[in-house]
Amino acid sequence: MSETGRIWIARDYSRCSGCRRCEIVCSLHHEGKIWPEASRVRVFMLVPGVEIPHLCVQCSDYPCVNACPVNALSVDKRTGAVIVDKERCTACGECIEACPGKIPHIHPAENYAVICDLCGGDPKCVEACREGGWNALEIIRREDIPTLSLYAKTPEEITRNVIRKIYGEEWEGMV
Amino acid sequence: MRGYAGKFLEVDLSTGSIKELKFDDEILRQYIGGRGLAAKILWDRLGDRWETVDPLGPENIFLMLTGPLTGYAPGARLCVSGKSPQSNGVVGSTLATELAIDLKCAGYDGVIFIGESEKPVYLFIKDSDVQIKDASHIWGKDCKETFKILVREGREELEGRYKSRGLWREPSAVYIGPAGEKRSRLAIVAAKWVHAAGYGGYGAVMGSKKLKAVVAKGTGPLPEAYDMEGTMKVVDEILKINFKGSVLRRWGTGYLGYDVGANLSSEPVRNWQEEWHDKKSFGADQFERVWAKRYWGDFGCPLTCLKLAVIRSGPLKGAITDNPDYENQAYLGTNLGIFTPEENVYMTSLIDDLGLCGIQTGNVLGFAGELYQRGILTKEDLDGLELNWGNAEAFASLTRMIAERRGIGDILAEGTYRAAIKISEMKGVDVLKYAVISKGISIGAHGVRSGKDYPGYESYACSVQGGDHTSIAKLPIDDANSEFRIMLYDSGVFCWFNFFDLKAQELVWSLLEAVTGWKITPEEWFGTTARRILHIQRTLLLLGGPDAKWTPKKDDDVPPRWYEPLHEGPHKGKAVSPEKLKEARSKYYEAVGWDENGIPKTEELKRLGLEDLDKRLEKIRKNT
Repeated sequence: MSETGRIWIARDYSRCSGCRRCEIVCSLHHEGKIWPEASRVRVFMLVPGVEIPHLCVQCSDYPCVNACPVNALSVDKRTGAVIVDKERCTACGECIEACPGKIPHIHPAENYAVICDLCGGDPKCVEACREGGWNALEIIRREDIPTLSLYAKTPEEITRNVIRKIYGEEWEGMV
Repeated sequence: MRGYAGKFLEVDLSTGSIKELKFDDEILRQYIGGRGLAAKILWDRLGDRWETVDPLGPENIFLMLTGPLTGYAPGARLCVSGKSPQSNGVVGSTLATELAIDLKCAGYDGVIFIGESEKPVYLFIKDSDVQIKDASHIWGKDCKETFKILVREGREELEGRYKSRGLWREPSAVYIGPAGEKRSRLAIVAAKWVHAAGYGGYGAVMGSKKLKAVVAKGTGPLPEAYDMEGTMKVVDEILKINFKGSVLRRWGTGYLGYDVGANLSSEPVRNWQEEWHDKKSFGADQFERVWAKRYWGDFGCPLTCLKLAVIRSGPLKGAITDNPDYENQAYLGTNLGIFTPEENVYMTSLIDDLGLCGIQTGNVLGFAGELYQRGILTKEDLDGLELNWGNAEAFASLTRMIAERRGIGDILAEGTYRAAIKISEMKGVDVLKYAVISKGISIGAHGVRSGKDYPGYESYACSVQGGDHTSIAKLPIDDANSEFRIMLYDSGVFCWFNFFDLKAQELVWSLLEAVTGWKITPEEWFGTTARRILHIQRTLLLLGGPDAKWTPKKDDDVPPRWYEPLHEGPHKGKAVSPEKLKEARSKYYEAVGWDENGIPKTEELKRLGLEDLDKRLEKIRKNT
């Protein structure tokens, strides 16, 4: 069943240039500043050449939302994004524990969890990636398939896969 | 004053003391950051006794500086400096690394290292928590392994201390390899496996201080710009220019290994005995087979001109590097008679791992190759190596000997200039004439004989950074490639490549104003600011010492090789004309405020408030 109007940010890690323009535009949009560690998308580089843009995948069962003890997380009905209520959030970290990819993180200066809100349906990171012609992040129409949730992986897990693809399996030990 | 974090760290490696310091706004406005500020700091702290300061002794200062535009101007870089063990002057040497961003986000514009540590150490910065950590277990490790350990330890440290904040992203790191530890003057300051600050030889300075690495995580925002909206508007225009499909974006400089030889006749071939080749095996179309990633770059870069090269099979399997870029294609390819992508990637990957500079090392390898060709260096001198042109395995073995300072490698590790003097003494023949260098720095892979490439006769002869092809003397002084313009990029500390376009070059002034709030006009820059930096660099270069000194004018020359005519190719017969060189040199001296011997003039120094330089130049004037 297609949920009309909803989007998903597809990611092709091997196309990521490591330029971090996604972090720049994300933090400018959400914080009004260039602030890499407050960005909702963070590019991990555990191994050079293997850059991993790490951001929420909107799991179909939303374990983070369910795990929140203070109901600070909710799902935006229109976009499907996880919305953090900054006032309610106590930065307890339960959402991070619940996330199979450990994707949320606590804002570096304030006490709340930082999760991609899809910019209300028009994600700035994707725009920046497209503008640069990299297309490591691309918008596709969201469909209700379990595959999407599988992308909630830790940077280490993703890095190992991408290493195998770019450098060969003998380099997996670099992580 | 915006764009700055507002403070610097001073780390005394002898005592372990760490303190914060600030510079007056006026100093920052005059010297900006990076290269400019490095010149100022070194002059203020060491200028009165420069001649006696050993670049590899505890008295030298090692600098790691950002600039106000770092992180805003597309393509962030970090500037490293100090008294150079290559030129004995000052080189503002830059490399691409997110450490520049982490430093600024941690609240620091740079780090000033003084003294030297007894034991190997690295500096770990997490915002205002700054610690000197033991590096004994990393000492001796190659660059890939070093990176792995630093990232792993860095994340463990962060996760151990700040558990509830979620997954920590890796801190960024710059470091040295085995060559730096062994104080090779060819040693780089390295980052991200394959990035390097090579000119200047600052890897050796880090090694002499037993400073293996600097690791940082800054969690704050980039220091605010004076006019954020205006800044992002200008940045956007610069981005758009560089997003456009272009040769530079498509191939980086990785198409020039064929083109500069075949088209411009200005590529080093077999130690510059030729500058022309037509080896189609070395074309970008052939490099395509080793490129595993087409667009690769660093913080904020729209161009992402790097290509990731990986050898996945065959005897050279496991070699990894970027592109190689043109300089490495030339110096670790054509200059050694190597014309296949795989061998070139292998050589480049090797120098990356050992922490050696591709240009400086390729230059000394080529020099050794020519001495072997001429029978001056023998198989016995080379521990049994047959150093024939194109023998990649032999050149690789010699590279390892250099990094380990084994056998003849111990002499070659001192760089082409110093090795040439030593070998001349050993063999009783003058081999300095085969050294393609300027002021102790191997010349970048862009020759001047054909007249087709961007440097001119005076370019390396008069540069305050010697053979550095990224910072050449060129007229008019506001030329797109002139040292004066590059100085702005190296002081604001960002990548030159996003400013090749003329429109982008014009935008840099409004970007500087939007970020800092200072209206620095091109007139002020080219007439005053850049000149101050140039004169300090020139003065310190001429003071030199203790092991090398340059004579003004006499040493403002091209290497002897370039007076020999080219033997092959469409520019056969062309050579540097001594008369034309003299003419270009005089014209350059005049244009930048130096006297007929290339010494900054008294009235020029007075005009710029640099009377103290003038005093130090008196002796040199008298002796010239």
